[in-house]
Amino acid sequence: MKRSVLMSVALGLSVAAAQAQDKLIVDGSTTVGPIAKAFAEVIMRQNPGVNITVSESGSGNGAKALLNGTCDVACLSRNLKDSERKAMDEKGVKPVVHVVAFDALPVIVHPSNPVKGLTIDQVRDIYTGKITNWKDVGGADQRIVVISRDTNSGTYETFKDLVLGKDNKIIASAEYTGSNGGMRQRVQMTRGAIGYAGLGFVDRTIKALEINGVMPSAETVSAKQYPLSRELYLFTNGEPAADTLAGKFLSMSRTEKGREIIEEIGFVPVPDAK
Amino acid sequence: MLLSPAARARRRLAEMAGRGVLFAVTSVAALSVLAIIFFIARDALPFFTQVGMREFFLSTEWYPSHQPPQFGAAAIFVGTFLVTAAAVVLAVPIGLFAALCMSDILPFGLRQLLKPVIEMLAAIPSVVYGFFALTVVAPLVQDAGRWLPGDIQIDSGVNALTASLILGVMALPTIVSVSEDALQAAGRELREGSYALGATRAETLFKVVIPASISGLFSAVLLGIMRVMGETMVVWMASGNAAQIPKPWYNLLLPVRTLTATIAGDMGEADQMTGSTHYHVLFAMGLCLLLMSFACNLAGEWVVARQRKKLRGG
Repeated sequence: MKRSVLMSVALGLSVAAAQAQDKLIVDGSTTVGPIAKAFAEVIMRQNPGVNITVSESGSGNGAKALLNGTCDVACLSRNLKDSERKAMDEKGVKPVVHVVAFDALPVIVHPSNPVKGLTIDQVRDIYTGKITNWKDVGGADQRIVVISRDTNSGTYETFKDLVLGKDNKIIASAEYTGSNGGMRQRVQMTRGAIGYAGLGFVDRTIKALEINGVMPSAETVSAKQYPLSRELYLFTNGEPAADTLAGKFLSMSRTEKGREIIEEIGFVPVPDAK
Repeated sequence: MLLSPAARARRRLAEMAGRGVLFAVTSVAALSVLAIIFFIARDALPFFTQVGMREFFLSTEWYPSHQPPQFGAAAIFVGTFLVTAAAVVLAVPIGLFAALCMSDILPFGLRQLLKPVIEMLAAIPSVVYGFFALTVVAPLVQDAGRWLPGDIQIDSGVNALTASLILGVMALPTIVSVSEDALQAAGRELREGSYALGATRAETLFKVVIPASISGLFSAVLLGIMRVMGETMVVWMASGNAAQIPKPWYNLLLPVRTLTATIAGDMGEADQMTGSTHYHVLFAMGLCLLLMSFACNLAGEWVVARQRKKLRGG
């Protein structure tokens, strides 16, 4: 009798341990979310019985979840703030950073636009309404049609962080469009347009500008030369062992399949360490 | 026929049950309207206590996700008004004239053919209209600047005009269908009476048929207005969504932003923080839209009632 109770307790424990092994909770940035979701799908398909949940509550909430232990992996489209590091330190959480991909933001114009490139300051002045005609930045005498992504999108957030800065507002006459595809469509057919979209959406129907003299491409982004780009992070509490589910999830970005997924979603994979 | 008391009681009970069911079914419609108003108002009021009416109605600074946020919706109200007015100016004459043609001028066979075709317009999903606006109408509008007299340069194909053009087309089936029914309802006797008095067809139409069906025509126009004002997908895709008051204010060739598009566009962002001011401001906009169509509805009722009185009183 006693033995069987012990047995069942042991069994229960091992089941619980296995459950902990088979479950991974990912939370954080809406920008990184699609990558995490695609990774989760692949891993769950390869390992039946494994359960990975991915929530997209924003970078700040991701950091908070890691701090409170309510997630195993936090996705962030920015680095941890000092205040967050301090709070984690006090709680004994040891954040370990993993760069999962690069995010780049090409600035795009109509293919007939003779302007080859702009500086970040010029882009900012155009979006805040200080520059309103292409002739002021070396182009034709044509009013600039400013187009932005809707304020919902991660792309807008990236633009705001990298170009606009905290205190600047986009001019009221700026148009807003609901998707990367819509943005490309609008820039394609509007002579004076300026817009921005994910790297995956740049094709021949529009023209990407050099920013501070650097053309956006997978190479310039991963070499950290293109200024409008940023790293996307996964944070864990301590370095997980490679054979755990978290380890598998983190190493996914270095695999062939993982890199493919990252490119497909429109980000730039981290260059091979080899 | 004599019934036993038990049978009579059973019958009374069945009747009461029937009435109860019918009453309940009718109440569902009324209650759901009340519930919608209640829940929208409940989430809209915190906005007015947090920010106040002044900024909302008078300021044009719409930066809800800036730090600190600004919630000036004046430009958005103007945009809504502009797009709605332009679409109505476009759709009402065409719609009324088409209805007149179909009910009194065109041969019966043609009418049987035309009516379903016009009603088909109502069956096209609005996102398809939006896609059409973005890919077909917007480039056309943008190029139209070259053919216009004077030095008009249309910078952007998505603007108030593009949205209004499409909204006008979308309102047509409502206006045509309702006003055609109204004209038909004026009746054959009235027309024949007029002819018998020696009136021509034009006199009959304008002096007899139209005055007799004026209240129906009026509600056709109001339904059209409400259809246009509430449309979301098309304006989100084709109006440009720029929260500005055009200069001059009637300039339809500039992008504008409407209440519906703002609610649709910002909801995803705002509901991440349910209970935030940005969340409540969208409900405030929804409440305003609701009150506006309420006002339209009441105005319609009032005109119809007045007309009925006039017709009866002679």
